[in-house]
Amino acid sequence: MKRNLTVKGMAALALALAAPVAMGEVSVEEYRAMLADKDANPGFLVIDQGEVLYKTKRGPKNASLEKCDFGLGPGKLKGAYAQLPRYFKDTKRVQDIESRLLTCTVTLQGFDEAEIKKKTFADQRYNETNTDIEMLAAYVAYQSNGMRINPPLKHPAEKEARKVGEAYFWNRHGPMDFSCATCHAEDGKRVRLQNLVNVYNKKDIQATMSTWPTYRVSHGVARNMQHRMWDCHWQMRTPDIEFGSPATTALISFLTHQAKGGTYDLPGMKR
Amino acid sequence: MAEPMRIRATMAGDVADVKVLMNHAMETGLRKDAKTGQLVPAHYITEVTASVNGTKVLDAGMSGGISKNPYLGFKVKGPKAGDKVVVNWVDNKGDKNTAEATIG
Repeated sequence: MKRNLTVKGMAALALALAAPVAMGEVSVEEYRAMLADKDANPGFLVIDQGEVLYKTKRGPKNASLEKCDFGLGPGKLKGAYAQLPRYFKDTKRVQDIESRLLTCTVTLQGFDEAEIKKKTFADQRYNETNTDIEMLAAYVAYQSNGMRINPPLKHPAEKEARKVGEAYFWNRHGPMDFSCATCHAEDGKRVRLQNLVNVYNKKDIQATMSTWPTYRVSHGVARNMQHRMWDCHWQMRTPDIEFGSPATTALISFLTHQAKGGTYDLPGMKR
Repeated sequence: MAEPMRIRATMAGDVADVKVLMNHAMETGLRKDAKTGQLVPAHYITEVTASVNGTKVLDAGMSGGISKNPYLGFKVKGPKAGDKVVVNWVDNKGDKNTAEATIG
């Protein structure tokens, strides 16, 4: 009798432990399907704002960004994001979309780089609207929607960035001795109910990289990869990683090359 | 000045499927500013109306319970492709916004 009760008790306990996880995954799946409805994606509001901003004459030089070169020539936006990060001759370094936007706002519009870097991301704790650079990144990236992720790997600096990025990905650092790989190098890892991408799983990383920039519902704003890098570093409790720095561009180069061949599906929408 | 809305309206059989994205902070009035400790004043949409070819088809009340940048989807029976949908909102500060789209 006693044994019977114990077995029953254990079965109930096992159920109790298993059920929340299973139910959680189902409801998250449903939620994701709803998030996939593009017509319901407020990221488009941000893209619209980015377009206006891109074409407006602003800054000390009273110029628009319409002559910004994202690698395919000045003002050529279509497909440009699909071939980033890449090496730029004028700045002599590998740049991603955000660091390139920073270059253009400085060189074309005359803005102060240090001033822009003081506030690159909207703070969701204050219900802020997107910063200019977040809106611009969302707009420029959207011009590559439906195209293949295809960053170039010809210039030695591009090869170096990819390599350095992967090394950095595995490098354990900070007060908690984390690396990116601690969370992102194995299938099936998660933080609470959030499934984590395995950067070495082609399907996984393509699904991730093809949907950034993305509208974060919990933030109420569109976010870009630079924000993701900064946020992951914050989660690892390291000092703030610098916006558009060589370290972030190298990481993003590595991630983008891992996702090569995926198709951009923009703007994304995530929890 | 209120930022523009986005409307998408398509016919599915004899039903028009209208999807509206509104740009709004939707402050509940219950949130405290982390720096000052003061309540952030409420600022949210209170009423949304929609009309098709000048006839009102939807009149909705909203409040601080709706998320930032609200999305509203609704279906209307009767209109034809080419008809005009107009969506208006008013918020608790009296700000207004209007946008229109053609049903495709």
